[in-house]
Amino acid sequence: MKALVIRNLKKTYDSGLVALKGINLEVEQGDFFALLGPNGAGKTTMIGIITSLVTKTAGEVIIGGHSIDTAVEKAKAQIGVVPQEFNFSIFEKVIDIVVNQAGFYGIPPKQAREKAEHYLVQLGIWDKRNNQARLLSGGMKRRLMIARALVHEPKILILDEPTAGVDIEVRRSMWAFLQKINEQGTTIILTTHYLEEAESLCKKVAIIHQGNMVENTTVKQLLSRLNTETFIFDLKYPLAEKPEISGCTIVSVDEKTIEISFGKTVNLNNLFSALSERHIEVMSMRNKTNRLEELFLRLITTEVAHD
Amino acid sequence: MTERFTFDMIGLYTILHKEVTRFVRIWTQTLLPSVINITLYFVIFGSLMGNRIGDLNGFRYIDYIVPGLIMMSVITATYANVVFSFFGAKFQRNIEEMLVSPLPNYIILWGFVLGGIARGLLVGVLVSLTSLFFTQLQIAHLFLTISVGVITAILFALAGFINAIFSRNFDDINIVPTFVLNPLTYLGGVFYSIDLLPEIWQKITYINPIFYLVNAFRYGMLGYSDVDVSIALSIMIGLSVVLYITCIYLLRKGVGIRS
Repeated sequence: MKALVIRNLKKTYDSGLVALKGINLEVEQGDFFALLGPNGAGKTTMIGIITSLVTKTAGEVIIGGHSIDTAVEKAKAQIGVVPQEFNFSIFEKVIDIVVNQAGFYGIPPKQAREKAEHYLVQLGIWDKRNNQARLLSGGMKRRLMIARALVHEPKILILDEPTAGVDIEVRRSMWAFLQKINEQGTTIILTTHYLEEAESLCKKVAIIHQGNMVENTTVKQLLSRLNTETFIFDLKYPLAEKPEISGCTIVSVDEKTIEISFGKTVNLNNLFSALSERHIEVMSMRNKTNRLEELFLRLITTEVAHD
Repeated sequence: MTERFTFDMIGLYTILHKEVTRFVRIWTQTLLPSVINITLYFVIFGSLMGNRIGDLNGFRYIDYIVPGLIMMSVITATYANVVFSFFGAKFQRNIEEMLVSPLPNYIILWGFVLGGIARGLLVGVLVSLTSLFFTQLQIAHLFLTISVGVITAILFALAGFINAIFSRNFDDINIVPTFVLNPLTYLGGVFYSIDLLPEIWQKITYINPIFYLVNAFRYGMLGYSDVDVSIALSIMIGLSVVLYITCIYLLRKGVGIRS
């Protein structure tokens, strides 16, 4: 059984805005799925429909085998959601927010407290349990929403921009946590603007643009379409003149830094040999752009051109 | 007991517990003002002016107005609790915590309504206790008194819920209490008997729902009413049913809470 099936999903708001133009999507159980798209693409609308905060205009959504049209309560019991904006009462205590959420899923108070403790500990905010939510930092508020979404142990966790505005350390620890629960069997659907995040975490990716599904494949397959890559090389000594290497495009950034773009046919060993022959010593190298970001921009631009 | 029933009861308990915790946490805003207001009414209308007014329909003026004042407190507290709490949840978007969960609409509604009833009845008890400093409470029909108190709380909790659903800002949640509820309450026979009014105003008073519940409550306490209590009860129950169906319809349509 698929974790999520979406067929011909359409949404037109009362204002006339067409947010989704017929989305089809299938997410397998255990997937770590990235949903990408620029602002206003329709990602949040789609999540809103899945979580029943937005009513669809047409189409079908089936969550864990339960249609939101015929068995909405069973469908909703399958999912936990971490929205983009903070949506808890800022005056409530951290522990109460999580325990109450468990209660909304029919978990008795004693059990709810145990589960709340488990997830607040896991996410590193147990010591803040008696604080009002308004007193938490931005990163802690994000982690609180993850604990709240997980307290009823959903089969599918949906996260809408979960690491927006959090520092790198917290982001990395959240990544590690999400990978862990995914390995334990939770299907994760993630929207993000950090394409590095999608590339690092997700196995599959769908790209939405202007209400249409532009791409739906595995991250690996998507990246395999990338024909050229650009690396930045930091050199030990200043260059007298820009070197010429067959199959490569070289741009001088400053006297000790060059960018080299090359296709998949170029062997890195040959490239280093060519650099050595020219007495160029490389101290370090790094990828110039996020690979997925490059592809993402290319796909979006193509769509705009087609429009 | 079915699994479904247990699930619903846990959900209901959770909302009710959350609501009670909320209004108890801010008791200086939710409980204390009613007690202060009622004390002022007793001092001014009961002790200072009441002694000069004399008896009304065979009762001391202060005794005559006690039921209406208790009702007024219950109405205000119940309505305010639901309208502020539900709109606050909409405003902070934490209503989404319930909307994304499998809680059925009627449990969400009853959770807020019971929260309102809890505050309304608690305020009713506190106000009744306060009145003991000024007069002796009479209870002619205990069961009727409690029943009218509960039905009144249900009615105005549902009304507050509808107000909150349609409210888009904090001004909207004050319009109905200020421009509708207060005039209806003051003109609903809390401070006077309908017999004192000119005929045209008597007829107008009959379309005021608060008139019926004040009189039903007065009958429960004093054994006296300006209207037939069975008619008053029928109107209150009928209105409650209409408001309940309206609330469920609005929740099902997602008015004000889903896009």
